[in-house]
Amino acid sequence: MAEGSLNIEGLRDKIGVEREVGVYEIEKGMIRKFALAIGDPNPLWQDEEYARESNYGGIIAPPTFILTIGLEQIEQELTSLPSTTTLHGSTELECYQPVRPGDKITVTTKLANIRERQGRETGKTVFMTFEITYKNQRQELVAKCRQTLIGL
Amino acid sequence: MSKQLYYEDIAVGSEITPLVKQPTTRQLVMWAGASGDYNPIHYDKDFAQSRGLPGVIVHGQLVCSFLGQLITDWIGEQGSLRKLTCSYKGMNFPGETLTGKGKVIKKYIEAGEHCVECNIWAENSKGEKTVSGMAIAVVPSRG
Repeated sequence: MAEGSLNIEGLRDKIGVEREVGVYEIEKGMIRKFALAIGDPNPLWQDEEYARESNYGGIIAPPTFILTIGLEQIEQELTSLPSTTTLHGSTELECYQPVRPGDKITVTTKLANIRERQGRETGKTVFMTFEITYKNQRQELVAKCRQTLIGL
Repeated sequence: MSKQLYYEDIAVGSEITPLVKQPTTRQLVMWAGASGDYNPIHYDKDFAQSRGLPGVIVHGQLVCSFLGQLITDWIGEQGSLRKLTCSYKGMNFPGETLTGKGKVIKKYIEAGEHCVECNIWAENSKGEKTVSGMAIAVVPSRG
């Protein structure tokens, strides 16, 4: 187990500092790949003709699809943290409107909170909460998410 | 196509139709590719074991997405999921059966919208709740 390997003070400086992760153009194929990965056959996510006749008038992404947008970049930053192992603690997602193919999603993130706990046997455990905001090309809020990660 | 759920048909205390999944290592690789989560604890057994894990583990957000499907299947396409929370309490392993379940805890009308709130969780074959949380969805009314 890690002993004091996390530079808490260095991380504290980042609390509340918002930064842009990137801008991502959503393609139909990304949504399809996502639906296949979960094994979700809902035709709203994949069947163009079916979706056109629905209330949405076209394909939309499953609500949790947004969680993957920019994830790789966010994760790269995390793995560069001086921690040995990072586990996922929790996810809190709020959806304001569906994501559609052609949307350009801007992802911003900030470290919202960091807590440290000293375990008797496990050493120091660090809880990091990130807030991620997703906006579309019209600057409308699409979703917000709070992710808590546990650094051991 | 799932049947449309209406606000009037929902009883507080009732259970959501369960969703059964059997994630395989292949599915974890598909998820890694689709989500961009390439943490090797999800596909490299030697690496996972070097980190003190019994083997590769299922991505928490894949289970979270199963629970998202649990809700979207239940509310039908005129419903919309507004909030979903997941707390990752235990590890899930490929090859295990995971069942997404939920229970209605509240229904209410807010700003003209018909809302339903549920407790949701994923259970392994031993009946352990490895992921749990809540969901809020807006559903149509017959009114």
